Amino acid sequence: MKNIEILESEASNAVNRAPDLKSLEQTKVDYLGKKGLLTSLLKELGSLSPEERPKAGARINAVKQRILAEIDLKRQAIEYNAIESQLAKESIDITLPGRSDERGSLHLVTHTMERIESFFLRIGYKIEKGPEIEDDYHNFEALNIPAHHPARAMHDTFYVGQNKVLRTHTSPVQVRTMKSQEPPIRIICPGRVYRCDSDLTHTPMFHQVEGLILDENISMADLKGTIDQFLKAFFEEDLPVRFRPSYFPFTEPSAEVDLQCTNCKGKGCRICKNTGWLEVMGCGMVHPTVLSHCNVDPEKYSGFAFGMGVERLAMLRYGVTDLRLFFESDLQFLRQF
Amino acid sequence: MKLSESWLREWVDLPVDTEELISQLTMAGLEVDAVEDAAPDFQNVLVGHVLSVEPHPNADNLKICQVSIKPEDVTQVVCGAVNVRQGIKVPFAVVGARLPGSVKIKLAKLRDVESFGMLCGADELGLSDKSKGLLELPLDAPVGLNLRDYLKLNDKIIDIDLTPNRGDCLSVRGVAREAAVLNLVPFSEPCFLSVSSSITDTFSIQVDESEACSRYAGRIIKNVDMTVSSPLWLQEKLRRSGLRSTDAVVDVTNYVMLELGQPMHAFDLDKLNGGVLVRMAKKGEMLSLLDGSKVVLTPDTLVVADKDKVVAMAGIMGSDNTAVSSNTCNIFLESAYFNPIAISGRSRAYGKHTDASHRFERGVDPRLQEVAIERATALLLEIAGGRAGPISIVENKADLFQETEITLRHARLEQQLGLTIEGSQVEDILNRLGLAVRKISGIGWHCSPPSWRFDLSLEADLIEEVARIYGYENLPVATPSAQLPITSFLETRRELPGLRNQLIARGYHEAITYCFVDPEIQRQLTPDAEVISLVNPISSDMSVMRTTLWSGLLPAIRHNLNRQQSRIRLFETGLVFSPSDSGLKQESMIAGAITGHRMPENWHTNAELVDFFDLKGDVQSLLSPYTASEQFEFIKGQHPCLHSGQCAQIRRNGHLVGWLGQVHPAVQKILGLTQTIFVFEVHLQSILEDKLPRFAEVSKFPEVRRDLAFIVHEDVTAGDLCKTVRAEAGKTLIDIKIFDVYKGKGIKVDNKSIALGLTFRDTSRTLEDSEINQAVASIARAIEVKFSGILRDQ
Repeated sequence: MKNIEILESEASNAVNRAPDLKSLEQTKVDYLGKKGLLTSLLKELGSLSPEERPKAGARINAVKQRILAEIDLKRQAIEYNAIESQLAKESIDITLPGRSDERGSLHLVTHTMERIESFFLRIGYKIEKGPEIEDDYHNFEALNIPAHHPARAMHDTFYVGQNKVLRTHTSPVQVRTMKSQEPPIRIICPGRVYRCDSDLTHTPMFHQVEGLILDENISMADLKGTIDQFLKAFFEEDLPVRFRPSYFPFTEPSAEVDLQCTNCKGKGCRICKNTGWLEVMGCGMVHPTVLSHCNVDPEKYSGFAFGMGVERLAMLRYGVTDLRLFFESDLQFLRQF
Repeated sequence: MKLSESWLREWVDLPVDTEELISQLTMAGLEVDAVEDAAPDFQNVLVGHVLSVEPHPNADNLKICQVSIKPEDVTQVVCGAVNVRQGIKVPFAVVGARLPGSVKIKLAKLRDVESFGMLCGADELGLSDKSKGLLELPLDAPVGLNLRDYLKLNDKIIDIDLTPNRGDCLSVRGVAREAAVLNLVPFSEPCFLSVSSSITDTFSIQVDESEACSRYAGRIIKNVDMTVSSPLWLQEKLRRSGLRSTDAVVDVTNYVMLELGQPMHAFDLDKLNGGVLVRMAKKGEMLSLLDGSKVVLTPDTLVVADKDKVVAMAGIMGSDNTAVSSNTCNIFLESAYFNPIAISGRSRAYGKHTDASHRFERGVDPRLQEVAIERATALLLEIAGGRAGPISIVENKADLFQETEITLRHARLEQQLGLTIEGSQVEDILNRLGLAVRKISGIGWHCSPPSWRFDLSLEADLIEEVARIYGYENLPVATPSAQLPITSFLETRRELPGLRNQLIARGYHEAITYCFVDPEIQRQLTPDAEVISLVNPISSDMSVMRTTLWSGLLPAIRHNLNRQQSRIRLFETGLVFSPSDSGLKQESMIAGAITGHRMPENWHTNAELVDFFDLKGDVQSLLSPYTASEQFEFIKGQHPCLHSGQCAQIRRNGHLVGWLGQVHPAVQKILGLTQTIFVFEVHLQSILEDKLPRFAEVSKFPEVRRDLAFIVHEDVTAGDLCKTVRAEAGKTLIDIKIFDVYKGKGIKVDNKSIALGLTFRDTSRTLEDSEINQAVASIARAIEVKFSGILRDQ
């Protein structure tokens, strides 16, 4: 029994040295198998006195357990290493680009229009749309712009035949809505509009978003608040906004809205033509004559309307310098947004 | 409208500087567009007196002048101007002077003669574009005075962009009146003395259209000296208002128009025959205008005529052959009130926008005609002499300005503006604006606007006036409040943004192209479609409304192909236009175009070009999963601009809703497209209408898969094959996958093999082999009968 310590350390060494699962299994058989070296020690117990026998037996069993545990650990290690070396072979260059199509893009005008819509949709406005070829009545007459009115010169109109025009603004949608719905009305009218004008700062087609509120007791103070809040939200900046008297046949009082120049913050620069202000919107209280044309009682209801150019706002917000890029469909431009 | 600031200040004493004035005007609705210096910067240019002029010994074109700028002091200047002569007074740039463009005047030697300075023409001082010789100053100009002070050149030209309702401000008088209101200073009209007539000659005036011309004042002035040009101060005022000086008569009429706002016209009396008549033009009447053009008049044009001919397009422009010229001796001066309705639109229709028509269209003060004609007469007599006859006036009192009374309710005013305002403040504002105000106790006021504020006729007009003068910036700010009930919306209505995002995720860029397109391009795409043309297009390649979005998308593809882009995916949504029985149709479409490689250039796949099925996949991805297979069909079709073998109709419930396919190679070539292009276009409405999904029982039982390959003639479509399979297999068939289409070795020419993976399952039990076998057998039989198809060995 003297050599049990020697045998244990031999077995332990053999386990540790085993390079793979096969030799580990052989080591197990060599020491712990039916004819294994440790097993055969048990057979020698008979030669011991009955007093010594239990003690020696327990000792041998303890060694056996320890060796078994070592074998188990070693097996896990070998298996783990085997997987690791396999994974090392499967290593890839993860900096290569992933498999996917190039992402497309939403047109900046659409994006800006949707963004403008979202401010108003959140506070209970609804979207209304209308035809782009309009009749003279909805585009002009109903809006208090009779034939020969000098204001028609402000709208260089495309004609498509007798009494049909490409709408010069989205205001006819307001007319159609007021005629078909009962107040209270809160709508915005986004869409394409057309003016017969083409140069560096005008394209013959552009986009507008107009808004209209019609309810009891709406005042110019409400208009000022709405516009002021919208512009601050749109530009995410607390820029001064000013209202100055203007003239639109369909509103009275009418106002132009100036925003402090987003570029120079009022100091004066090329973008604001050194005035420190940018003209961004037109607005006003809906003219009582327009309300009457739309069968709305101007004594009971009043409202305000406003309109803005989408391209203009997009240019200011995103720094686009050339209006004409919007409609050239150049991928270099489209991909940026 | 351009306006000299110093002229304005002659009319009203304003306690503010230029900057403050500009801001006041802008914030009162008279938007100042620009402010310029009346003259460019120059220094040390004085009034010089030419004492003597001698010939230059070495040059025929040059003269040696002795010029004085103060008594006993004479300077020698060499000058080449044609009009230099003894006794005249001219601008003299002394040595050390600086002229516009940083020109420095130094002592110079011209052909061996010393010159101490330079005598200047108006062009050299930046006061005109070109001039003939020296600028001759009045003989009473104080010698040695700085020219800038003498001509008041340290002045600003204020350019006001007036809104069409403020015709009353199209004059110095009008703006002065407005500036006085804004500055709380008194405004008093200068008193122009009337000219007593020294002759009794009159000219007959007849007004047939008294509604269109409710007032016509005229006067004869005889023996006008046309050789005299208008004085420099007058020319300068015209120049600063953007007008050129022509002759004394025209200058004076222009001056009075600028000053008072009344357009006037002077006829050569000796070229008029028998009197003037204001009437409508007769159809086809011709008129040669002052500007040298000839027009054929339409009967809606108001004209002034004499016994034989039309002599003016009323309120717009006079005729060539009755105009004042250098030979004119006697004139007939016209100062009329033409009704805006009779004038507006006409000048635009003839393309003759003039200062006069601009004012008449917007409205002229109907009480101004006599004042203006008196003012003009006085000026003219002073400048060009002559003798004036009495003023004749024809007027129609019924159609002339009537004082109206507008009721302004205090409560309404406060409600509309969201403002609390003292009655006295309202009265003060209205009074300052020239309205006669009468209080109505407990309600508000009766207000009568002055004759020049014909734009005020409603209560809303007065509310705006009060707001404007009170200052928009001083009005309160509020947030509207509203009741916000929950309203329902259609869940079965899909939204456009979702479709857009779907295409964007598939690599498409959204384009927005013009709705008016090139008719030549469109004819290639929809040769049979009726088109709507613009009456007044910007250019011929933007002259018809699009009948298909491809008319814009294909040129957009070409634009990019021409700029080194070879893989392009574009889509657009918008209206297409066509005539219809009920007028016209404007339908929303969604369309796309793709070309180039299937994938962006990459390291992992071979570069393959897009084909029909890439496009079809994109289109299918736009369909709702709840309606796609059940309601939509792709059917082989023929479209004039698409490849005859690669073209499909998209139908929903049997109705044609769209097209897709390859652009026909011939069309591709004509459009200058260098690559194969695939396009689709679908009626938006057809893919936005959806239905609600409906729950179907989830089966606990296993599914069974059978793969079948059929050899059929190549004309047999996969779609027809699957339809037959579905019909024969019964309800337990839950899915068909087409996993192979093969032509070639082992398959007869003209034939193809289509492999289908069928999945069977039942919700209530496990399917037995025998059932499946039976279904397969009946499928095979049907395909044999219908398509002579053969089931390949399994």
